[in-house]
Amino acid sequence: MMEFCGINPAVLVASLMVASVPILLAAIGELVVEKSGVLNLGVEGMMIMGAICGFITAVSTGSPLLGFLGGAAGGAVLSLMFAFLTQVLLANQVATGLALTLFGLGLSSLMGQGYNGIKPPLTEALNFGPLSDIPVLGRILFSHDWVVYASVAIIAAVWAVLKYTRTGLILRAVGENHDAAHALGYKVGLVRLLAILFGGALAGMGGAYLSLVRVPQWTDGITAGAGWIALAIVVFASWKPWRVLIGGYLFGGISVLQLNLQACGSRIPVEYLSMSPYLITILVLVIMSSGRGRAALNAPASLGQSFHASR
Amino acid sequence: MTATDRPPLLAVQGVTKAYPGVVANADVSFSVGAGEIHALLGENGAGKSTLVKMIYGLVKPDSGTMTLRGAAYAPSEPRAARASGVAMVFQHFSLFEALDVAENVALGMENPPPMRELAGRIRQVSQDYGLPLDPGRKVGDLSAGERQRVEIVRCLLQDPKLLIMDEPTSVLTPQEVEILFKTLRQLASEGTAILYISHKLEEIRSLCDAATILRRGRVVATCTPRDKTAREMAEMMVGAVLSPPERGARRDWPATAPALQVTNLSAASPIPFGTSLKSISFSVGRGQVLGIAGVAGNGQDELMLALSGELRTAPGMVQSFGVALGAKGPNTRRRAGFVAAPEDRLGHAAAPDMSLVENALLTGAIRKGLTRNGFIDWAATRDFAERVIKAYDVRTPGSGVAARALSGGNLQKFVIGRELSQSPDVILINQPTWGVDASAAAAIRQAILDRAADGAAVVVISQDLDELLEIADSFAVLNGGRLSVPRPVQGLTIDEIGLMMGGAHGMEVAHGHA
Amino acid sequence: MVTLEKRPSPSRFWSAATPVVAVALTMLAGGVMFALLGKNPAEAIRTIFWDPLFGEFAWYLRGQLLVKAGPLILIAIGLSLGFRAGIWNIGAEGQYIMGAIFGASVGLAVFPTDNRLIFPAMIIAGAFGGWLWGMIPAILKTRFNTNEILVSLMLVYVAEKILSKAALGFLRNPEGAGFPGSRNFNSYPAAANPELIAGTGMHWGVVMAFIAVIFAYILLQRHILGFQIKLAGQAPRAARFHGVNPQRMVVLCLGISGACAGLAGVFEVTGPAGQISIDFNVGYGFTAIIVAFLGRLNPVGILLAGLLMALTYIGGEMASTNLGLPAAAIQAFQGMLLFFLLAVDVMTNYRIRLFTKGAA
Repeated sequence: MMEFCGINPAVLVASLMVASVPILLAAIGELVVEKSGVLNLGVEGMMIMGAICGFITAVSTGSPLLGFLGGAAGGAVLSLMFAFLTQVLLANQVATGLALTLFGLGLSSLMGQGYNGIKPPLTEALNFGPLSDIPVLGRILFSHDWVVYASVAIIAAVWAVLKYTRTGLILRAVGENHDAAHALGYKVGLVRLLAILFGGALAGMGGAYLSLVRVPQWTDGITAGAGWIALAIVVFASWKPWRVLIGGYLFGGISVLQLNLQACGSRIPVEYLSMSPYLITILVLVIMSSGRGRAALNAPASLGQSFHASR
Repeated sequence: MTATDRPPLLAVQGVTKAYPGVVANADVSFSVGAGEIHALLGENGAGKSTLVKMIYGLVKPDSGTMTLRGAAYAPSEPRAARASGVAMVFQHFSLFEALDVAENVALGMENPPPMRELAGRIRQVSQDYGLPLDPGRKVGDLSAGERQRVEIVRCLLQDPKLLIMDEPTSVLTPQEVEILFKTLRQLASEGTAILYISHKLEEIRSLCDAATILRRGRVVATCTPRDKTAREMAEMMVGAVLSPPERGARRDWPATAPALQVTNLSAASPIPFGTSLKSISFSVGRGQVLGIAGVAGNGQDELMLALSGELRTAPGMVQSFGVALGAKGPNTRRRAGFVAAPEDRLGHAAAPDMSLVENALLTGAIRKGLTRNGFIDWAATRDFAERVIKAYDVRTPGSGVAARALSGGNLQKFVIGRELSQSPDVILINQPTWGVDASAAAAIRQAILDRAADGAAVVVISQDLDELLEIADSFAVLNGGRLSVPRPVQGLTIDEIGLMMGGAHGMEVAHGHA
Repeated sequence: MVTLEKRPSPSRFWSAATPVVAVALTMLAGGVMFALLGKNPAEAIRTIFWDPLFGEFAWYLRGQLLVKAGPLILIAIGLSLGFRAGIWNIGAEGQYIMGAIFGASVGLAVFPTDNRLIFPAMIIAGAFGGWLWGMIPAILKTRFNTNEILVSLMLVYVAEKILSKAALGFLRNPEGAGFPGSRNFNSYPAAANPELIAGTGMHWGVVMAFIAVIFAYILLQRHILGFQIKLAGQAPRAARFHGVNPQRMVVLCLGISGACAGLAGVFEVTGPAGQISIDFNVGYGFTAIIVAFLGRLNPVGILLAGLLMALTYIGGEMASTNLGLPAAAIQAFQGMLLFFLLAVDVMTNYRIRLFTKGAA
């Protein structure tokens, strides 16, 4: 295999798998939320709350596992506010999502006072024994911490639940036509509340992965748009779980690649390299949205609409 | 055996339900026996829907009791109603277009079997009752009649004791109605009670064993439909004597190019799961009324969009007095004398949260000269709105209230009045009297005929055949996005119309086996 | 049991009262937050909301009020038109940056020429820069049906990278001894946007903000275009029926809001900020979203909301220096305000009913 700028392709693939974990988790959570017919634009805010809550929990308990749980709890608590506003008080979902992000960015920065420059406890790679010594494959498949595998497992689980279970069917039904679901006696608000909580918890866990593994430390604005990219990935995936994995790895690949190019002194200026993930997000959105709105056709029909049971 | 001999399956006693400002049901009592087909008859807003929603557990009564098979019955939610053997076929709002037939059926069941087994049972039941269905198809791709079969099959799979049907025939061709009635009679003969909601009197006469008639939330009469004429029932339902609209004296207009000429109009539907228009041609002259019938979802909305200018086509496809307008937007067409009233009043023909004054501006700006250099003359707009309210007897506290505050019938009167008050040359109306009570409907039909007498060309799209036969000069049917050749109304029979509407979509064959 | 019941018409009273109630609730919740941070809540609230206006340093801080409120109002007015039409430009921060870069580039290109056309040319360039940055999501939305929320937001990050490239590279002061940042416009009179009346903080950008408020007010109250904007947001299908071209509406709204943000950017870089630097943008583009909602998307409301939000910025800085309240607390405080506003807003369209179950 060709060496790329002094970096082994197997290492590159392995590191893109790690790099994409935060957006994968956030995106699959948001996919479930959108499948239930709710557009939560507060992913960025939930992620960063997860990042700081996870960081604080991990540092104070010394346990990375508790850190991830703390991160999930942080994201879920924030998403609960979103659920209350949009499902109970019927506030506009776009505006509430923005509020969530603005509030999350502020609150996380406030909570993070005094946590700058601290190292969190290490999240270790799982021990696969001799498997990790297999050339190339060992590095790609058997060298990661548990969250990397968990993110793929969660995507598989979401896929299976949506496709094969009654829970998944009800979730999709609520997202497609909330009036019909209500007429059949399903609790639209409750289904959506649970979906929003699930999305919040996963976004929070994704954020915790940033502060505990990816960076790993706390800095203000640590998510740097990852939540928004997760939202874009849901569109990219046309609301299909496996495509979230493809989208996530694609973006992970791009960010790892541009970092590597920066590191090995490419002649392209650093600023242009570092804006590439955002530009490519836009490009992908354009490709997926055009073609007579194919992506839009796949979108849940009640997406973003408030539901109020009238007589 | 008559209805009164049977032990009541469902008995409703003194049920009352009030909403702020409206009493939907007041002290309603009636009963349905096993195997009985019982009609609930009433105008829009008479309280039929609220009543059946209480029986189905979607709404809780304020007072009163119900018994089912002798036991007290108070379903807290539809699930409980279904568990007690009550099933309901909705008029709309209960299917999921993006899901397939089997998934839609499963969502209406308490403990559905695994999907593969369910698909088999759907095929079985749908064959047994002459309602063929493919469990794997997406509901969004089905015709309105097929969608209704999904709803019915969903109910039948639960082996219901009481089946509620809310206006089931509004989406069917006359032949499909006959097949549905066969199915319902078969069910009744097997002992299922059917509560049948409708305002179509002839249907009730041919199908139902008994009828309870509601007016303004109260039971005003009960009768055996076969013993009454349609006219007698209509007068019980409306509480007044009805008279058919009068047609003004027919005048001869100077020969010009037709006021509305549509030539080979084809357009892709902008609506998801919509119907594309396929080379539609017709022309309407001054003073003429063209009635367009068809089962919902056969291109009515798209045709309306293409005629009003919301959907643009090649210039020559829509012409008025020889001027090509096909590529022009709504405002250019209004300048050319067009007015339009789309079917969906709240959200399309009117903005729900805006006042009636603002809604008057919505289409009146151009023909009534309500703006100057783009600046709005609010005084003139208010004046226009108030004149419409007065002339069309729109019941509202004032012109400043939001459109959504009006009842459906009143808003329809406002919308139709707004359009007809603009001295139009071409009038386009989709479902002119949908959801309007009988006296208001008569007034609307009269106003349309009056404008035609003044020289306007009128296109009325409606699913109400009686209405079309009453006001149209010529008649055509929209089926799968194609328009039949218009024929003079005089001498047309219901059977001929049914065949023009596409017959029964292959259902007859299936019933042969049943 | 509590249930919501839709009002037949939106309540005018609650429409006006919600911002006031929301501010009051935010002060309460903010007080709790400050108490949790170990500060005296009453003192913190007083420092933020009272002292800048009537305290010891009010003579200076009152001027700062307009300096901060100007860009917030100008951006929020532009955003409010789009929000009313259901077009969600949340990338004003990027458009603000690009306006500043475009405007500054024009001025720096002709340095040190003295001509009275330079400043107007910079302003036009700034508006153009913001407009251009707003046009990207607009064109992508109309051509490819791309979500404008995500695109406009992604472009904020892109603009920030361009800003750092400008500060470190193509706009760097050649006489700046290698420090990042452009020349300072305050020492280049032909391109400067000075304080017009000493001590008031009034500069051309503030004037522009007031003009924008008046312009938007007339547009929304009296002009058919304003009617169409409202219609497009409230009932998109009715808007098409009326004859609104949705694509033109997208281009118009994103164009106006982009140009407004660009103007705010160029007035800021030539005046209060003085130069292009890495940390030139301080989040006005995002805070303006809160301002737009707090003002209920109404021009006069936005004027008041902009002043209030400016107060929290200034008061927040004071609280930071005097009480050691973290700067981030103010950001959280502002976010909270939007939350409460959206929550209380339910009263405008719904009535809250307490149901007592009868003896049914």
